[in-house]
Amino acid sequence: MFDFPYFISMLPDIWKAFTETLIMIGISLSISLIIGLPLGVLLFVTDKGLFWENRFVKSIFGFAVNIIRSIPFIILLVALFPLTKLLVGSTIGPVAASVSLSVAAIPYFARLVESSLRDIDKGVIEATIAVGATPWMIITDVLIPEAKSTIIRGITLTVISLVAYSAMAGTIGGGGIGDLAIRFGYYRYDDTIMISTVVILIIFVQLIQLIGEQIAKSIDKR
Amino acid sequence: MLEFQNITKIYESKKKQIVGVDNVSLTINKGDIFGIVGYSGAGKSSLLRCVNLLERPTSGKILVDGIDLTKLSGSKLRIARLKIGMIFQHFYLISQKTVGENIAFALRAAKTPKNKIPTKVTELLEMVGLTDKRDVYPGQLSGGQKQRVGIARALANNPSILLCDEATSALDPKTTLSILKLLKEINQRLGITIVLITHEMDVVKEICNRMAIMQDGRVIEEGEVYDIFAEPKEPLTKEFINSVVSFEIPNEILKEVNGQVIKILFKGDVAGEGVISDTMQRFDVKGNFLHGTIEYIQERPLGIFIMELQGETAAVNEAKHYMEQRGALVEVIEHV
Repeated sequence: MFDFPYFISMLPDIWKAFTETLIMIGISLSISLIIGLPLGVLLFVTDKGLFWENRFVKSIFGFAVNIIRSIPFIILLVALFPLTKLLVGSTIGPVAASVSLSVAAIPYFARLVESSLRDIDKGVIEATIAVGATPWMIITDVLIPEAKSTIIRGITLTVISLVAYSAMAGTIGGGGIGDLAIRFGYYRYDDTIMISTVVILIIFVQLIQLIGEQIAKSIDKR
Repeated sequence: MLEFQNITKIYESKKKQIVGVDNVSLTINKGDIFGIVGYSGAGKSSLLRCVNLLERPTSGKILVDGIDLTKLSGSKLRIARLKIGMIFQHFYLISQKTVGENIAFALRAAKTPKNKIPTKVTELLEMVGLTDKRDVYPGQLSGGQKQRVGIARALANNPSILLCDEATSALDPKTTLSILKLLKEINQRLGITIVLITHEMDVVKEICNRMAIMQDGRVIEEGEVYDIFAEPKEPLTKEFINSVVSFEIPNEILKEVNGQVIKILFKGDVAGEGVISDTMQRFDVKGNFLHGTIEYIQERPLGIFIMELQGETAAVNEAKHYMEQRGALVEVIEHV
């Protein structure tokens, strides 16, 4: 089953695969935070009864988000090859895989942000409108701080989803832990690699969950 | 001065229209503490929220010092809102900001220069008596303290009007009194007009000088609080007054009564007991007290007595007439 000396000899490959995974997650997480956060805010503030109520904008962006969310990731991955080629110049490697990972993670994170904002008591928003605050102040000083803690939990969820997606991306040229597991564990019946990659992923996800939860708790002043 | 001119608010739901506020016109003078009373669903909250346009009236005008707020939108409306403070039943503070930051937020909304904010926050905290809570988060405060922060935030930009949306309804009686005292102080010291809505008649009796009673979206009665307490006209008004000044006489006692039961009301400086004892001496009637109280409303006494008058009908009538001449309001209470 588990061949320890072989495992030690494979460590450099495992480490390389792990860093590739980290690169994929790192790039796509950054992009999805940068685009997904404003998008989530936009989805919320253009909703009915809010200060930028706008049915047109709300339904356009809402529709786009739903479209992407309803495409299975493996298909999205392949369908986005032309875009990936255009942006990165290649469809192989962790950077290339980050393109489709980002496209998948943006709407996912945006919806999580939107639902975090929806949990804020409407009265708090109203009270700040009554105070004469500008929409920008309400977004930066009320909405985001009030939802901060649940947004952090959303980031945790996004990272964990990205771990899963990155494994899929790996199989069609992205590299990373998932790629390693498929190549060795599946095609070559290499139990040692299979077990070590699974263990690494379990530890990784547990760690992210733990850290995310700790941060979310420590910044909540309620 | 705050004027409501023919304010109507209609809520459109899927199939039907609900009239929240029905053609209300009211004038609230500068420096008033104006109470709007009604049961939930009477439209008082909608009416109040029309003042700073948290809800836009379907029709009508809101005039603040002659300017029609319903004509404003965008940044003009925002600037107008700086001068209308509002506090809420559930306080609605920003939970992730300290007390000081919550107040500073309102100051920043008014583009107060950065270097002036800390001193202004200190002043406001002093006014509401929370100097030591500046760096505390709202989650660690009691309800009364949260409302004080709400008041400080509402007053940050020196408003001319303060709207109170059931501001004491979530507080215990003792805290309610302390908040009401603070509101009265603010009204007297800063000359801010206060409009408050409540279902608690005690609140009105405690601090308001004028009031209106709302039912089904309409104002059914309005006037000086003292006059309304003395002579309520509408049944609903009487019901509300009875909630704080009650004259229930047990049936057991009424059964024993064989004379005429009258309610005698003395307003202001009329010395009630004197009038009654004079009456007893002058006329051949016997009086028997069933109930009596002197309420102080706006620091003016309001004496209310219920008594049984025994004697010849003519004498009883003369006695009643005499008391009326001496300034009392006499009303016969029917009983079985």
